[in-house]
Amino acid sequence: MSALPDPTAPPMDDRPASSLPDPTAPLTASGNLRRRAAVSRLLEIVATGSAVLAVGVFCIVVYAIASRGASVLSFSFLTTDPSAPGVGGIAPAIVGTGVIVAIATAIAMPLGVLVAVYLIEFAGRRSGRVVRTALDLMNGLPTVVVALMVYGLLVVDHGDSAIAASIALAIIMLPLIARSSHQVLLLVPGTLREAADALGVSRWRAVLGVVLPSALGGIVTATILAAARAAGETVPLLFLTSLVVGNTVHVNPLHAMYGMPYVVFQDLESGVPSGIAQAWGTAFVLMAFILAANVGARVFLARNRSRLGL
Amino acid sequence: MLYGLCAVAGLITMVVIAEVVYQVVSGASPAISRFGLGFLWHSTWKPNFFVFGAGEMLFATLVTSLMALALATPIGVSIGLFLSMLAPRGIRGVVGPLIEMLAAIPSVILGLWGVIVLAPFVQQHVEPWLHGVLGFIPIFGVAQTTGLSVFTAGLVLTIMVVPIVASLSRDLFLSVPRELQDGAAALGATRWEVIRGVVLPSTSSGVIAAALLGLGRALGEAVAVAAVIGGGSALHASLFQPGTTLAARLIDEITSLDNKLHLAALFYLAVILLVIGVLTNLIAQAIASRLGNQTMLAR
Repeated sequence: MSALPDPTAPPMDDRPASSLPDPTAPLTASGNLRRRAAVSRLLEIVATGSAVLAVGVFCIVVYAIASRGASVLSFSFLTTDPSAPGVGGIAPAIVGTGVIVAIATAIAMPLGVLVAVYLIEFAGRRSGRVVRTALDLMNGLPTVVVALMVYGLLVVDHGDSAIAASIALAIIMLPLIARSSHQVLLLVPGTLREAADALGVSRWRAVLGVVLPSALGGIVTATILAAARAAGETVPLLFLTSLVVGNTVHVNPLHAMYGMPYVVFQDLESGVPSGIAQAWGTAFVLMAFILAANVGARVFLARNRSRLGL
Repeated sequence: MLYGLCAVAGLITMVVIAEVVYQVVSGASPAISRFGLGFLWHSTWKPNFFVFGAGEMLFATLVTSLMALALATPIGVSIGLFLSMLAPRGIRGVVGPLIEMLAAIPSVILGLWGVIVLAPFVQQHVEPWLHGVLGFIPIFGVAQTTGLSVFTAGLVLTIMVVPIVASLSRDLFLSVPRELQDGAAALGATRWEVIRGVVLPSTSSGVIAAALLGLGRALGEAVAVAAVIGGGSALHASLFQPGTTLAARLIDEITSLDNKLHLAALFYLAVILLVIGVLTNLIAQAIASRLGNQTMLAR
């Protein structure tokens, strides 16, 4: 449209004139300004409409969970054991999700931060590239593949256990934490490191005392977001910790435990009305946890940013 | 000392990747040696007769993922444009996080919603309408009774892929130098012409990489698809028929194994998923690094 070359304009250098946009073309009245403006307007409407659509879908899903889940929700729903699968409270699943995700976080957070520190402080060009590629590949692994790996490694021989699910979730969380921590560490001003060097502080003390504390807010945010993501994963629970003995709360990670996503999945598969009601209630609790973690992490990051003046 | 710890952590990431490959391939080896590559296109799956083939699952996986890709890429890119160029600051600060939270909804919850809310709606309104308008194309056949179909699965996957494409492409568009856009605008280009002429050409390879990352997510998604795809086992031309994907079959049958070969065949499905997942990821990385934009894959 505007980039159409004016055939009467002389070529500006020895390249063919057709490959060069004529800088004066938009300034020459071509008579189709109204059409160009309309096309542009159309694009704005399409883009805005897409955003409205996505936000609309989010609101519809959250509304469906809230309206159907709230009627199931009660104090006893949260605190009692189910009397049979699909009937009654979900206390074991809440405790189970808490334990499994806590162990996964305890594995993934230190590892992820160490990998990020390695990338920033120690890695050469090639080793850094290799580790970054490994992280990206890990991030792209389908959860079924990760879960099946742990299944082959642990569950085939030793049976279901919560710790197996934690390991699978830690593998899912590790690249998320490492990449975000890497980004935050990149933001730490080089002057801080140089100041530490000038004071004769050794490398590891500089990392522990100067670099990590100034990046702590971002690292914590990344960990919370990764934990929220892990809390919603179903496949590791289904593959690795679904053969639960009994319907009561227990906290031994060497035995299988219920988790909230698995309860939703199981109820959905069973298809009985009481199970569907329990599924909506469980989905409500899980969603509330995840949204709270997301909002909390964002608020925390914003406050941290403004405090550091970044 | 700290160096040692960090290097070990870096090594662990590579060991995990190697271990994933080793475990999955060794678990699948009985099935690989028995069925060979023919597994990929044979479509009989009868665990109790020791006959396995992934053909129709591979087909359904590709159909649902490509449908999600075809719908999610334009929508996601449009949202990226809206967030990076059109929306005022205040709206941007609200809509951006909301769309990222769409990605935070667990797939099992999306599956629950898909079965109980979306599928009946699709069956009663969307599928009959599409059949009426576009019914002369075989892929828009007659709607089935439940709404659990390949089409519904594609829609659910679209919902999961849109936020990925949207947030990646927003970051890409924000990285386009302001001066170039202002320059084009100063020459009299309309907003669309600025986007067509300046923003999209300089980010196109990044957008392709973002779409590939979304595709990778769609190919490997299990729970939400298993819930809404209905679990049939025949090849259909129509999108409105049920089907099953690689990942969905895997989670449907892993807890009810018939025999050792059945488990090996399920591992073989995971090998296929692993290969597809690694390939899409590597291609996306290659495209993104040719762009010279290392940061875009960080999310």
